[in-house]
Amino acid sequence: MKISLTVNGQKYERDVEPRMLLSDFLRHDLELTGTHVGCEHGVCGACTVLLNGEAVRACIIFAVQVDGEELTTVEGIGNVDNLHPIQEAFREKHALQCGFCTPGFLMTLVPFLKENPDPSEHEIREALSGNLCRCTGYQNIVDAVKLAAKSLT
Amino acid sequence: MKPCTFEYYKPSSMEEALDLMHQYGGEAKILAGGQSLVPAMNFRLATPGILIDINGLQDLSYIKEHRKHGVLIGAMARYSELEKSDVVAKKCPLLHETIPYIAHPQIRNRGTMGGSLVHADPAAELPAVMLALDASLRLRNKDGERVVAITDFFTGMFGTAMKEDEILTEVAIPHMPKRYGFAFDEVSRRHGDYAMVGVAVSLNVDRKGRCEKGKIVFFSVGDAPVFAEKASQLLDKQNVSEELLENIANVASSEDIEPGSDIHASADYRRHLAKVLTKKTLKRAFDKALA
Ligand SMILES: Cc1cc2nc3c(=O)[nH]c(=O)nc-3n(C[C@H](O)[C@H](O)[C@H](O)COP(=O)(O)OP(=O)(O)OC[C@H]3O[C@@H](n4cnc5c(N)ncnc54)[C@H](O)[C@@H]3O)c2cc1C
Ligand code: FES
Ligand code: FES
Repeated sequence: MKISLTVNGQKYERDVEPRMLLSDFLRHDLELTGTHVGCEHGVCGACTVLLNGEAVRACIIFAVQVDGEELTTVEGIGNVDNLHPIQEAFREKHALQCGFCTPGFLMTLVPFLKENPDPSEHEIREALSGNLCRCTGYQNIVDAVKLAAKSLT
Repeated sequence: MKPCTFEYYKPSSMEEALDLMHQYGGEAKILAGGQSLVPAMNFRLATPGILIDINGLQDLSYIKEHRKHGVLIGAMARYSELEKSDVVAKKCPLLHETIPYIAHPQIRNRGTMGGSLVHADPAAELPAVMLALDASLRLRNKDGERVVAITDFFTGMFGTAMKEDEILTEVAIPHMPKRYGFAFDEVSRRHGDYAMVGVAVSLNVDRKGRCEKGKIVFFSVGDAPVFAEKASQLLDKQNVSEELLENIANVASSEDIEPGSDIHASADYRRHLAKVLTKKTLKRAFDKALA
């Protein structure tokens, strides 16, 4: 099936099989490998991307479903020379070790901090409940979110 | 972890969707939020030959108040929409209180009211809450529509009274009575995980503070949500007291439910949780009704 969509501001048209997962489509067809795939059944959050501005799991949405929609992946929020303030805060607070989970955390946090510019620690932990990290123990991630909230306001 | 092949349809009207369901019936599955169906397809636990994506049916995600029928919620209303809805917050506070317990923000941006009810997971929050609220469900197929009381809807593990060609279109939640109280609580290992035990309470009291009608509903304690009938009956005409709460919590946890043991919790632990949660939520519900 033919689909056309916008990813990180760029338009794409592709032909996809209905069973192609959005996560695979982003990684294999568009070569946007920043979106990671951990569990492929909606549990770990590594594949989180923004669909029309809202955080969703790319591994449990089919690419055909986002025909005509607008997506943002981690490649769209910043780059090595120009980090997003949340990325900057992650670096500063040592909120990643292997980095596998990081794109998912970032994409969860972008809309969260927009809606909650001054979150409590409890709110931060709830917002991150759908993202798993096997390395950091989460504490530094929470610290990074606090720092990012400050630098964004 | 990739789904099998299937044919994909995205109808732009309800009539078109019903025609497709009529044509393909048992071979087809509705794709709503996909937050249960797609994981099951990735595992190949579900291998539907045809998917009918109803995300294009814009007029199915309304949340509105009706003078006679209460709060009407379209099947495609997403958790995140319910969470932010003023109508739900004011007119259906039990539902409002429950939503943040369901899954995680990313899942709530996709998962729908209709999907949760039709999926009928015994560990899910909404089926139990809808039971506590006496909701009714509107089901349509090509031949017409029928309204099913929620009490007749769940038929066991992931089972419902839906026919193969039916689509759930609307959930109606009756108006709150006067002097109304409610409470929801659950215990899970981590916020957003499926609960080991959860309970929803909905009641109202008369002018003297006696319970007129009260419902206690559990989830994650059986193969469907469980209306605690004996315990709920004990509420009848009673004023709240420590003794009453203790007695009802005992009956609810020992007579109304038959929880099983699994890797998440033993049956005994579930009974213990059911007892503690019943006392806590009933107390809160009475406090609200009497306020
Ligand atoms: C990581 C994770 C954690 C979760 N945690 C929880 C939790 O704590 N509590 C909880 O309750 N749920 C939880 N869920 C499940 C989530 O709530 C699902 O969204 C919900 O169960 C199904 O809704 P859906 O709209 O996604 O339905 P889908 O997955 O699209 O569909 C589910 C089933 O219902 C059928 N269906 C859907 N809509 C209709 C309709 N209108 N008419 C007829 N048939 C229909 C489909 O054909 C399918 O068989 C979790 C999911 C994930 C991935
Ligand atoms: S890969 Fe999508 S949630 Fe784990
Ligand atoms: S940094 Fe390794 S999984 Fe999170």
